[in-house]
Amino acid sequence: MAAIEVTGLRKSFGAKTVLDGIDLEVPSGTIFSLLGPNGAGKTTTVQILSTLVRPDAGTVRVGGHDLARDPAGVRKLIGVTGQFSAVDSLLTGEENLLLMARLHHYDKREARAVTADLLATFDLEDAAKRPLATYSGGMRRRLDLAMTLVGRPSIIFLDEPTTGLDPRSRRTMWGIIRKLVADGVTIFLTTQYLDEADELADRIAVLDHGKLVAQGTAAELKRMVPGGHVRLRFTDPGGLDSAARLFEDTTRDDEALVLRVPGDGGVPTLRGVLDRLDAHGVDVAELTVHTPDLDDVFLALTAAKGGA
Amino acid sequence: MAAIAIDSSTMLRRDLQHAIRFPMLTISALLTPTIMMLLFVYVFGNAMSAVTGHGDYVNFLVPGILVMAIGSSCASTAVTVNIDMNEGIISRFRTMPIARSSVLIGQVAGALIRTALSLTLVVCVGLLAGFRPSADFLGFVAFAAVTLMIVFAMTWLALAFGMATRTPGGANSTTLPLQFLPFISSAFLPPSAMSGGPAWFAAHQPFTPMIDTIRGLLTGGPVAQALPWAIGWCVAFTLVGYLWSLRLYNRDISR
Repeated sequence: MAAIEVTGLRKSFGAKTVLDGIDLEVPSGTIFSLLGPNGAGKTTTVQILSTLVRPDAGTVRVGGHDLARDPAGVRKLIGVTGQFSAVDSLLTGEENLLLMARLHHYDKREARAVTADLLATFDLEDAAKRPLATYSGGMRRRLDLAMTLVGRPSIIFLDEPTTGLDPRSRRTMWGIIRKLVADGVTIFLTTQYLDEADELADRIAVLDHGKLVAQGTAAELKRMVPGGHVRLRFTDPGGLDSAARLFEDTTRDDEALVLRVPGDGGVPTLRGVLDRLDAHGVDVAELTVHTPDLDDVFLALTAAKGGA
Repeated sequence: MAAIAIDSSTMLRRDLQHAIRFPMLTISALLTPTIMMLLFVYVFGNAMSAVTGHGDYVNFLVPGILVMAIGSSCASTAVTVNIDMNEGIISRFRTMPIARSSVLIGQVAGALIRTALSLTLVVCVGLLAGFRPSADFLGFVAFAAVTLMIVFAMTWLALAFGMATRTPGGANSTTLPLQFLPFISSAFLPPSAMSGGPAWFAAHQPFTPMIDTIRGLLTGGPVAQALPWAIGWCVAFTLVGYLWSLRLYNRDISR
């Protein structure tokens, strides 16, 4: 069964169209990632799906409940962790979790148990009784997600859960998300990082200017992106010329003495490039590997759209 | 219905946790009325006694200061609500299966308790400054009831002010009328001692019947004329504040 089904979703704020007809389907128990730059409409999508903002047009079903007719039914199933932390910054971490437990009508003992459990899971036991002013960004984000989990939601929306986090906190967050999915939860994740979508998502949709410009698995998307290449810099134009004759589909920059050879940057590709340069006695001053990133996805996808 | 009661009391608990951890806003709401009281008792007291014809001006003054203190607590309430509504956790509440009005009810209940506490302290300062109410037990009960009604009405209004403005500073500014209108009312002088326009305004503005009712109840004076007007204004304030707040709370958060 699909956890989230969206057809023809539209939303404008005044004259500005933010979502211009979105269709998507997220199967239960999977991670779906909505990828896009700032201002693409990711947050608006999450706000609509989580009953915060009313859409102008389109039908949305979350966990089988129609969003327009039964928002209360949707709210019983979902949990949301927004881009801007949805925590009470005047309370301590423990008080925040107890507040959530009370709002879910747990009795005292249950509330204590759930809170203690989540504090342990999210490595917040030492900070439990400290006010949030003393928390780091990563700790706030972990508390935020812990608060979302108090109600044991079956569908979780995560709006840029790792934006602004240091690499270690990002890894921790990824681990937590994977564990949730292993327990059967459906995750709807927005991100502006391709590697994050790549790491976590079963399916990725790319959102740009309110439209989905591509949808598929990480591998499928990467094949659409010609951005991966090996960058070779030479000391003289002769080297550049001879190297350019050795490879196909290259682009060259005569001024910088740089040649870009398309490829995924994997070891076999690199070895092939180096072997060939060696065999022909071409000296390379510098070699860098460029892997496809979000910029490439967008350059590729928006360029294709502009050309049509 | 039971769910609304549980959720509202959870929200009230949260509001009181804030107030205990950050008591400055509650305390600062006490400052202006207390200073006004001391100023008018000890500096202008003699002159005012002559104008009002009251032997003990402090007995005339305290009811007015109480209504002023309610106005100044409303400023704190509006600022608190404004800051709170911009907290991310309010968005979380909206996505949760809880009664929507419980957030507002919790805030109003919290403000009622904080304001009641402030008023008790103002009365204590008044007693130290020589205030001697002559009401009997029933008079005090009626005084408490009327005061709570006024606080309730003005708190709903403050809630709407707090939500209608974008910044805490703006929220504070919108409550300035509540803080300063008592100056042109029967708080310090009977309107009959004023002249022309101000006298007319003081006689007809909402705070005058509220102050006159409280004054009558505390000092054993007449209330029959002022009380219906006080109730009328309070009902109007409550309705406007409640409906406006609800509307503001239910609007699209994206705007």
